[in-house]
Amino acid sequence: MSLGDGHAAALRRDRTIERWLMLSLAAPALLLVFVCLIVPVGWLFYLSFFTDGGVATLHNYRNLVEQPSYARIFWTTFKVSALTTAICAVLGYPLAYFMSQLSARAANLCIILVLLPFWTSLLVRTYAWLVLLQRTGLINTWGMQLGLWSEPLALVNNMTGTLIGMVHIMLPFIVLPLYGSMRTIDRTLVQAAANLGASPVQSFVRVFLPLSLPGLTAGALVVFILCLGFYITPEVLGGGRVTMVSSRIATDIDTFLNWGSASALGAVLLLLTLILLWVASRLAKGLSLVGAGH
Amino acid sequence: MSWLDKPATETQITHRSRLWLYALVVVLFAFLVLPTLLVIPMSFSESQYLEFPPRHLSLRWYEAYFNSRSWMHATATSFKAATLTVIVATPLGTIAAYGLYNAELATARLVSLLLITPIVIPIILVGTAIFYAYVRLKLVNSLIGVVLAHSILAIPIVIMIVTSALKSFDMNQERVARSLGASRVTAFFTVVMPQIKFAVLTAAVLSFLTSFDEVIVSLFVSGGENSTLTRIMFTALRDQIDPTIAAISTIMIVVTSLLLALAQMFGRQAKP
Repeated sequence: MSLGDGHAAALRRDRTIERWLMLSLAAPALLLVFVCLIVPVGWLFYLSFFTDGGVATLHNYRNLVEQPSYARIFWTTFKVSALTTAICAVLGYPLAYFMSQLSARAANLCIILVLLPFWTSLLVRTYAWLVLLQRTGLINTWGMQLGLWSEPLALVNNMTGTLIGMVHIMLPFIVLPLYGSMRTIDRTLVQAAANLGASPVQSFVRVFLPLSLPGLTAGALVVFILCLGFYITPEVLGGGRVTMVSSRIATDIDTFLNWGSASALGAVLLLLTLILLWVASRLAKGLSLVGAGH
Repeated sequence: MSWLDKPATETQITHRSRLWLYALVVVLFAFLVLPTLLVIPMSFSESQYLEFPPRHLSLRWYEAYFNSRSWMHATATSFKAATLTVIVATPLGTIAAYGLYNAELATARLVSLLLITPIVIPIILVGTAIFYAYVRLKLVNSLIGVVLAHSILAIPIVIMIVTSALKSFDMNQERVARSLGASRVTAFFTVVMPQIKFAVLTAAVLSFLTSFDEVIVSLFVSGGENSTLTRIMFTALRDQIDPTIAAISTIMIVVTSLLLALAQMFGRQAKP
């Protein structure tokens, strides 16, 4: 071994030490997350496979399948999430489409407007809807004054209120990625369609819409994933009539201290979230490949 | 030919045939922005029943808020928790971001992933898990418990903001400082820090907001003497519609807007 080799080895060793030293700077943050979050999550999931007496069992998971009350909760969670996603897609698409045709300056102003509610406290917004939608609230008062309806409508403490509140929270989450992906669509393709005699509707439906679908799917999936874990909005605006998975986990712990059942429910929620996140990241990867083509 | 009949986009559609789109956009912006803003005038109403526009103006609900011991106590707790969260999360997140950015190891990617988990997994699980840990660590209902829990949620945000600032910083500058004899620590504080300070300040402001606005984890881990403002608000919202909350909401909107303006200002400074 020549002197140069020894030198190179020493340098390599130094660099390795340096890198690990750098990595150790993340240790305090990692320790905190590990002790307070990752270990307890693992522990809870481990516990979900045992009875209170410590006997291994699938009882907690069998309950999720067999008890009709759990089936109802999963169905409600799915229904609320799917409806919120669908409404957000239908309302968010035209908004993003409109924004994508504005000048950069005007579009930035619109983005600020879209982000404004995003940054307002969730509780404040939920409270605002509670006040607006109640029987004696603004919407009912104005609606009846204008003669649109004669009896106060039940707009809150039910599914309607929950959906209104959730759409309000989730709309920015679909508008922003959609807007981003629409900006990358090559407009000359639409122009070409119009040039070749396609009507405005035809060139939109056959050229623009298909090109914007990957962005729409990715955005909708993110909204759906976030909806699955909702707690505050259904609790407050649902008035106890809309029980989603998160609410059930909270009651299992608050009221019954039933860790086994809460953990099993949590494990299912986490698994679903991770699977859908994985699908979303695959879609996003495909999306950026499409974007790179231009 | 009026502008209505001119083509609006590449599809050659006229403005007239897509007036519905403009109407829809206006309605959607109103839907997004107005509900929250309506709370402000309502909070100055005299009436028990939140009316808009308020018939008689009064500061009644603000008085109710400032004269209530429990609301005041909870507000103080929230400010304390948020300030301490900034003090814990900003340095921990910043050095973690700096270390992970420079480590260039496969393990670093795994560590980043672990540090981001608190904002990826469903928040109810975060609350449950932290509560479970706190029962054993005897931290339930303690201020330090709330601060650590909020720091776990704020650290990923700090890491993301600081990392993006580091990406636009040329690490060779730090190497030059060290080759000229500066120690690692000196080089960090005299060369790196001045250039990423606005990103760190932005991260600090957002850490404060993360803690101040946080509801679900606070429901699990704060309580008794150390209940946060959001916890008390949530319980009050579930029970009845108390107009005092309109006053508190207005104050929260003002606090949040001021902090966001501050973050925006720092953010602009960070990108020259």
